[in-house]
Amino acid sequence: MQYLLLIYDDESKMAARDDAENQAIVQDYFAYTKALKDAGAFIAGDALKPTSTATSVRVRDGQRTTTDGPFAETAEALGGYYLIEAPDLDAAIAWAAKIPAAKSGTIEVRPIMVH
Amino acid sequence: MPTEDRFAQLYRREYGKVVAIVARILGGDLGRAEELAADAFTTAFERWPIEGEPENPGAWLVRVAKRRALDEQRRRQTRRDKSRAIAEEASLRAEERRARDAERSPNAPDERLALLFTCCHPALREEARVALTLRILGGLETEEIARAFLVPVPTMAQRLVRAKKKIREAGIPFRVPEGDELPPRLDDVRAVLYLIFNEGYRATADARLVRTELCEEAIARATMLDALMPDDAETLGLLALMRLHHARRDARVSGGKLVLLADQDRGRFHAEEIHLARAQLDRALSRRAPGPYQIQAAIAALHATAPSTEATDWRQIVILYGRLHALTGSPVVAVNRAVAIAMAEGPAVALPLLDALQDEPALHRYALLPAARADLLRRMARYDEARTAYAAAIARADQPLERAFLEEARAALPDVATT
Repeated sequence: MQYLLLIYDDESKMAARDDAENQAIVQDYFAYTKALKDAGAFIAGDALKPTSTATSVRVRDGQRTTTDGPFAETAEALGGYYLIEAPDLDAAIAWAAKIPAAKSGTIEVRPIMVH
Repeated sequence: MPTEDRFAQLYRREYGKVVAIVARILGGDLGRAEELAADAFTTAFERWPIEGEPENPGAWLVRVAKRRALDEQRRRQTRRDKSRAIAEEASLRAEERRARDAERSPNAPDERLALLFTCCHPALREEARVALTLRILGGLETEEIARAFLVPVPTMAQRLVRAKKKIREAGIPFRVPEGDELPPRLDDVRAVLYLIFNEGYRATADARLVRTELCEEAIARATMLDALMPDDAETLGLLALMRLHHARRDARVSGGKLVLLADQDRGRFHAEEIHLARAQLDRALSRRAPGPYQIQAAIAALHATAPSTEATDWRQIVILYGRLHALTGSPVVAVNRAVAIAMAEGPAVALPLLDALQDEPALHRYALLPAARADLLRRMARYDEARTAYAAAIARADQPLERAFLEEARAALPDVATT
């Protein structure tokens, strides 16, 4: 089964970290991604630029509305994702728990729709 | 000729087993497993009045349901791509062989263990875990569960449907967790069982019968868990704890009113159940793996075996509550510890402890805190303050029997004007 792991974390915390801390986190993510790949579970993954760079788009009755900002202003913002292959939810949860941001934020685990 | 009662009994006893075995064959599809299990029972209800009940009704039901499940799996596979079908036919044959061997072997894994862990999976919301466990493992009808939780039947039915959908769509696996995963998942299971027990334990004058059923169901599930995963100290502790509480069931309510432990007729305690629970607690403690359920069971054992309130070993209970608080940090435990200190050393010593807990956010709706303060103030003859505290407790009491008890206690306070 394929699962999307959505990474939510407090952006202000990120901004408050110094270079050394950020470098350490980057290393943690490299190691995590490598572990996913070594296990044959990695399909895709990326960090996203912060919500300050987001744009929201809606089309209603043929009218397009474009707004500055993310879909929802939340304390924890969507900061990245991994798309993984896992045999079941328990395996997906185990991977989610290892994501560095799981310690401070929340990882949402969503199964990919199969047609 | 099997009677309706007999069928109801059989259903309660065997439903979980049949569902579990079929779920294993169907790769965890609980919804379909329930349908096939229901079909097997329907067939039994139709055929047995004519053919007579088989010698081993449970095995008969399992056999019929298994055969239909294997046929169904086979049919599902032939609809898919041929090359996969060949590989899957081989695995189906292996499954059939395993199923036949399991029928003969006394050591076949009891699939109800996997079923219990699935029903109590943390990805399901708590109310869903409780409902699923009662419905599938306990064989309780949706209507019974709805009545027990004071929820409309369609709501409970929806809850079950959504939970099974989540299991299917999110890929919750049908398995017993292993390695590091197991301890926290065991905690989850115990928490569900204790929730079910507590729901049954809260006495209500009218729904008593259903409530006792919940307590007995929780004890039955914990007994099953202990049998299938033996020698787990906290599981034994939980089992002992529930039995000890349950052993006092006939003394807790009298004349439609709640009776405090101090006033309970100890002659109405079920001595054999207390004896059994203490043996289980001893077995738990001998594992030298202390935990919160074992400590609570030890406290309950001291209460259940004391000849009277006065003769209860309150000092030991204070020590046990202290250990429990150190383990859990629970403010509720702190309140209970203060109540025990009041018994061991007098109300004046304990009152400041309760006062200090009044601002605890976790205790905002906890009726026992103001109720305990009221009782201590009453014992110290501070009747006006006691009256105020009882009022606060009554405002928080959501249980009719509990509320009635507190109102009576308040009304029994001496009027300051008459003293």
